[in-house]
Amino acid sequence: MVDLPKIIPLTQNPRRNFLKGAGVLLAGIAGCTSKDPFTTEAKKEQVQPSGEMVKLLSTTGEIIEVDKAFLKPTEEIPSITHMAERMGIEGKKFVMVIDLSRCRNLKKCQESCNHAHFVSDHQNWIKVYPMKDGEHTAPYWQPTTCMHCEDPPCVKVCPVDATFKRQDGIVGIDADRCIGCRFCMAACPYSTRVFNWDKPIVPAEVMAKEYSSETSCPPKIGTVSKCDFCPDMARKGELPHCVSACPNGVFFFGDMNEDTVTNGSETVRFSELIRDRSGYRLMEELGTKPSVYYLPPVDRLFPFKNEGKTEDHV
Amino acid sequence: MSAHVNSSRITTDLLPQKFGTAGRIWTGLLLGLCLLGLYGYYRQVTLGLVVTNMRDYASWGIYISNFVFFVAISLVGSLITAIFRLAQVEWRTPLTRISEIIAVSAILFASIIIVVDMGRPERFTHLFLYSRLQSPIMWDVIVITTYLTISLLFLYFPLLPDLPILIKNSKEGSFQQKIYKFLGSFWKGTAAQFRINENAVRIISVMIIPVALGVHTITSWLFATTYRPGWDSTNFGAYFVAGAFLVGAGAVLVAMYVFRRAYKLETYITEKHFDNMSKIVVLLALVYLYFNINEYLVPAYKMKTSEEHHLRSLFTGHFARLFWTAIITSMIVPIVVLLFPKGRKPFPAFLIGILVVVGSWFKRYLIVTPTMLSPFLPMYDVPDSYKFYFPSWEEWAISTGSLAGVLLIITIFTRLFPIIPIHETIEEMEKNKFEKV
Repeated sequence: MVDLPKIIPLTQNPRRNFLKGAGVLLAGIAGCTSKDPFTTEAKKEQVQPSGEMVKLLSTTGEIIEVDKAFLKPTEEIPSITHMAERMGIEGKKFVMVIDLSRCRNLKKCQESCNHAHFVSDHQNWIKVYPMKDGEHTAPYWQPTTCMHCEDPPCVKVCPVDATFKRQDGIVGIDADRCIGCRFCMAACPYSTRVFNWDKPIVPAEVMAKEYSSETSCPPKIGTVSKCDFCPDMARKGELPHCVSACPNGVFFFGDMNEDTVTNGSETVRFSELIRDRSGYRLMEELGTKPSVYYLPPVDRLFPFKNEGKTEDHV
Repeated sequence: MSAHVNSSRITTDLLPQKFGTAGRIWTGLLLGLCLLGLYGYYRQVTLGLVVTNMRDYASWGIYISNFVFFVAISLVGSLITAIFRLAQVEWRTPLTRISEIIAVSAILFASIIIVVDMGRPERFTHLFLYSRLQSPIMWDVIVITTYLTISLLFLYFPLLPDLPILIKNSKEGSFQQKIYKFLGSFWKGTAAQFRINENAVRIISVMIIPVALGVHTITSWLFATTYRPGWDSTNFGAYFVAGAFLVGAGAVLVAMYVFRRAYKLETYITEKHFDNMSKIVVLLALVYLYFNINEYLVPAYKMKTSEEHHLRSLFTGHFARLFWTAIITSMIVPIVVLLFPKGRKPFPAFLIGILVVVGSWFKRYLIVTPTMLSPFLPMYDVPDSYKFYFPSWEEWAISTGSLAGVLLIITIFTRLFPIIPIHETIEEMEKNKFEKV
């Protein structure tokens, strides 16, 4: 079953659930405006005060007290303009580190990613490749996301600026602008992009939403999609779906400027991790400068077991 | 041309003729194919690109190779009309309009087929609203529209002196005459007009050469600006241009033969023309073979890991039969057969022309598809159908429809206008007579 509210808050959450987070979700107040508890709107609805007060921070910086009963869940995360989505989050430089020594091909990352972004059947934004670089070299599992390159070949070739590089390093896609020429797919050496050949199967509520390049939802027929590094989660202060879904802590996500990455349970210095564990990037010789780093598959936690055929690195 | 041919005989010989039974069947067949293609496209527009067999790995298919084919074949317009003109090749006159109409209709359909390939054709305007100049697609948009414009002028200007002849010889008030009058009633044939026209044609024939080279070089850059094995080549522009001249010259051989037979033009398109054109095809095939050796054998010598899958799929793998057939039919056989004088007679030359054109079409397919199926990271975690590509019936219907469309334009043009320039032929005949005296 698709857990919609996890991705986009579509319906009003049960009040109790909301209140658990009410103390921290102060931004909620801004979202309440349609049914503002401070106006007569509340009276019309005849909400009975519960007598229990909560302290909130108003938009002007004052601490105010509101009766719990007047709190309404937000319908939307405070919306960002399309232009702001294109610009990205100021002062950030997102980076991912994938620890190959911990991956055992559970594909939880793939599952949660596909689930969250309504990726079509037979398509994946994350793939876990069985790799073997040479005849006598060791096999290993290699999860791949979009590399969010510093010099993205896909962005270079896009004729209409439908795929773009943000200041926080993320390569995004505007599905409302994409003309479906698929030049970016030909240009990407990591085969990370997928095309919506058919009408995506998406719940009607999601389909009715306006497209956001931060959630990449709703996917649109005749356009290209790919891993977006979940900037919507970053704005909420949460980790991308793949990072939190991995039980082995393979994925570290963080900010290069803060020099910190985390897999949810361990938080480490990015530069030290890369230095001490000999981090590297894929296809460095192409000059794309990925934002995704790999830690080599040494001292593996799990033995490599592949039911299918091991495919050589082509 | 024999001396007894006078100008009125030339005029009656070369005036456009009504379709006979064969002509009607031919036109009907082409129309049918176009309609079938339109139906295929209707399905594609309503259901999405899912009706094609393109998928995430083979994300470009025969639409793109067909596009490259059209761009390639259109180059012949500049070869025969402009390069031959500047090189003062005397025998070109009866071939100029044939090659120019091939050029115009092919480049027109190149731009149509590229829109067909788009996932969101209704957003075509985005190319102008949000265009980004660093994308090779934008370069192609610019250079193709330029080439189409120049080619149309190159077709039109030499047609002007023929228009009074056409107006005079068409039924008063008929539909054709209205077209002729619309196009050329201002043409009085004064010395000043001739001088302007001649200058214009001279300027265009110089201008069109860099644009023509640019059209095909930039089309090659759609591939060469990516990293993919088989496309990542500094050789690609020259390789594409050489191949383009070859397929165009092959197409002219075919068209010459067909027009000669259909309109009984033996006096004008002589065996000498076939002989000369065939020699040019040999030269171009040799040049193209040279580039092919560079493109395939040099990487094969090294067999870099990233190239290996691609090269093996061509030489001995999945595409081997098609690959060797294309190389042999579009290059080796033409070189061998056309080296012999008997091979340069009209009929064998015509057959070779067909081989060149068909082989070249498949050559374009082999440039696009095998590379798409040789990505850097192995094809993985997809259904087996994603790992292969064979076009769906809609793709075949649309591509065949577009080829039929090109032929239809040429056919209709021939119905309306003389396929061999009348005025120029008369002028040349008189010049020859004068020289003889």
